[in-house]
Amino acid sequence: MFKIVEKRKLAENIYEMKIAAERVARAAQPGQFVIVRVNEGGERIPLTIADYDAEAGTVTIVTQTIGLSTRKICALEAGDALADFAGPLGRPSEFVHMPLEELKSRKYLFVAGGVGTAPVYPQVKWLHEHGVQCDVIIGAKSKGMLIYIDEMSKVGNVHIATDDGTEGYKGMVTGLMKELVEVEKRSYDECVCIGPMIMMKFVCLTTKTWGLQTTVSLNALMVDGTGMCGACRVSVGGKTLFTCVDGPEFDGHQVDFDEAMRRQSMYRNQEKSAESKPEHQCNCYGK
Amino acid sequence: MANKIPRVPVREQDPLVRATNFDEVCYGYNWEEASLEATRCLNCKNPRCVAACPVNINIPEFIHHITEGDLRAAADTIHKDSSLPSICGRVCPQESQCEGSCVLGIKGEPVAIGKLERFVGDWALEHADEEDAPHIEPNGHRVAVVGSGPAGLACASDLAKLGYQVDVFEALHKLGGVLVYGIPEFRLPKERVVAREIEAVKRLGVKFENDVIIGRTMTIDSLLDEEGYDAVFVGSGAGLPRFMGIEGENLNGVLSANEFLTRVNLMGAWNPEKSDTPVYVGRKVVVVGGGNVAMDAVRTAKRLGAEAVIVYRRGEAELPARKEEVHHAKEEGIVFRMLTNPTRILGNENGWVTGINCVEMELGEPDASGRRSPQEKAGSDFTIDCDVVIMALGTSPNPLIASTTDGLNINRRGCIEANDMGVTSREGVFAGGDAVTGAATVILAMGAGRKGAKAIDEYIKSKR
Repeated sequence: MFKIVEKRKLAENIYEMKIAAERVARAAQPGQFVIVRVNEGGERIPLTIADYDAEAGTVTIVTQTIGLSTRKICALEAGDALADFAGPLGRPSEFVHMPLEELKSRKYLFVAGGVGTAPVYPQVKWLHEHGVQCDVIIGAKSKGMLIYIDEMSKVGNVHIATDDGTEGYKGMVTGLMKELVEVEKRSYDECVCIGPMIMMKFVCLTTKTWGLQTTVSLNALMVDGTGMCGACRVSVGGKTLFTCVDGPEFDGHQVDFDEAMRRQSMYRNQEKSAESKPEHQCNCYGK
Repeated sequence: MANKIPRVPVREQDPLVRATNFDEVCYGYNWEEASLEATRCLNCKNPRCVAACPVNINIPEFIHHITEGDLRAAADTIHKDSSLPSICGRVCPQESQCEGSCVLGIKGEPVAIGKLERFVGDWALEHADEEDAPHIEPNGHRVAVVGSGPAGLACASDLAKLGYQVDVFEALHKLGGVLVYGIPEFRLPKERVVAREIEAVKRLGVKFENDVIIGRTMTIDSLLDEEGYDAVFVGSGAGLPRFMGIEGENLNGVLSANEFLTRVNLMGAWNPEKSDTPVYVGRKVVVVGGGNVAMDAVRTAKRLGAEAVIVYRRGEAELPARKEEVHHAKEEGIVFRMLTNPTRILGNENGWVTGINCVEMELGEPDASGRRSPQEKAGSDFTIDCDVVIMALGTSPNPLIASTTDGLNINRRGCIEANDMGVTSREGVFAGGDAVTGAATVILAMGAGRKGAKAIDEYIKSKR
């Protein structure tokens, strides 16, 4: 069992939990995820890592209630425990392996959408700790749905976009990206985008016109998460890859997003019938 | 001289009933039946069955103990060579091993060695409490075992008996590896058999830790250098499922047998009242492949209410599955489309499977492996309508451990390189089972685990 040390509400239906998981905390790196099982009979679901503290032995996850399992997780309180917390899984972000000198000369633009802001945080934080300051666009539907603004502001240059304009730039993240690149003439070596699949698709379409290398983190369906079931396969550059062992980060310009979105919805009908009272119909794909 | 009684038939659930439930198909022998069957053994001077057993169980001896009514002695005989008789008695391909070599099989039916092994194994599990907890003097050395499947369990229990402190690291939330996620309940009961076999290993003092993925949570290097283990045995099993590379394989409704069976077995999706994990079978399922995993998948799909079809590119004689599984599958109403090869999976406008295009095959000359290789019959295209396609084509190795361990060589198929005793290119690291051989059988993995234990013992002693 893995104890929930702390819990806090970040926005409507979005919760942050700090989990006591010493081994995972010691091994975690930016870009990786965990598989969580809430209790006996629970699903194994992949959740991205929002932060980790090797010394304290804790790993932070941010969960949005989008289905039966995420609702069960979010219903737990500090002091409760998760049945399973396995990881860290997936390959760490590529920059972790880059020579520091090369890295320091690189300019990164991070684009985070909704609950996808959480997994962007450890990447920006890691780069900040290694002397690389990055621009970070955080997008959400409206002000109330923005998360990790304070945390992110401490480690990166935050730019906010909301669909309704209640905070920062009014419009989609792609609009704000154009502001930075086309109007302010900022130049980048790489864009890293994590958020709803549909947002990542459009960010990639935008960066492709600039020839800006773009990395995305996919949240495919998984069962074991260790390279056994193949549920998470995704077409990248015409090749079938496994998100859990080959990813979760891929070259966004090569990803077949339409197929990925369709595959993500494979069990949606059954999920709905399993839910006794769907209280929140969300049209984004939370991490 | 042996009597002339025919092989004692084993009682089984009625095929029409069992095709709707997940209870074990075969009831196994009771004492009377086992005693009678045991009298059929000729107790050959030169027992071919022993040589044909991958772990060389002294078969005539344990059967002789059954005729004497001494099941404790029978169990002790088996346990000298096998750690998992209840499991192997159920899932070994006896017809190509022990029973395939039985002299009685030349003119008639071989002795039902598998059923007798299962009988003794089950008896031993039921009477495990009466056994005194073994007192083992600790030798002060620690060994880490990666994976709690048949290879890991066998290795761990042998080492524990030698006095080693053994810690087994399992990636999944349940112990047993393929015995739990792969082989279905109706062939291998999880609580009554697998969990009890693991209990027996725990009683030897072996410790298990779930949710630890070696290669990610910890590495082999950290086990040896930081955690202070004297040696590591890698029994991490087979890996990534293979697909055919044909059009339509990423449609919704196409899945690997690994995924399908993991959802149903490990996650318990066959029982939606107790499990949150969904599984989808639709009205008709096509399973591609002819091995044991294909049989497990197709029979599972049938039990979940679908019309279930096997598509295999060679003929029935070439099916690699155990004969018993094929026989059981047919009894349960599985349709077998032999000499049929998929060429394309068809989908609707929403990306869901609607059917599978196939061609008929004919067998040509035997190839290097001795099997007649199938060739397409020109112009024989046809379509099978279906909602789900399950690919049961084997696996290729999981790269996690090899890619994170310095000095651990892999062969050109990506499997960990190890000799017959499990010795790898890296000092202190031993390996066995599917991680080394690619997908094989429970008994071979168990045998490899035991050899690994022996090699580890010799390695650690040589260093003292």
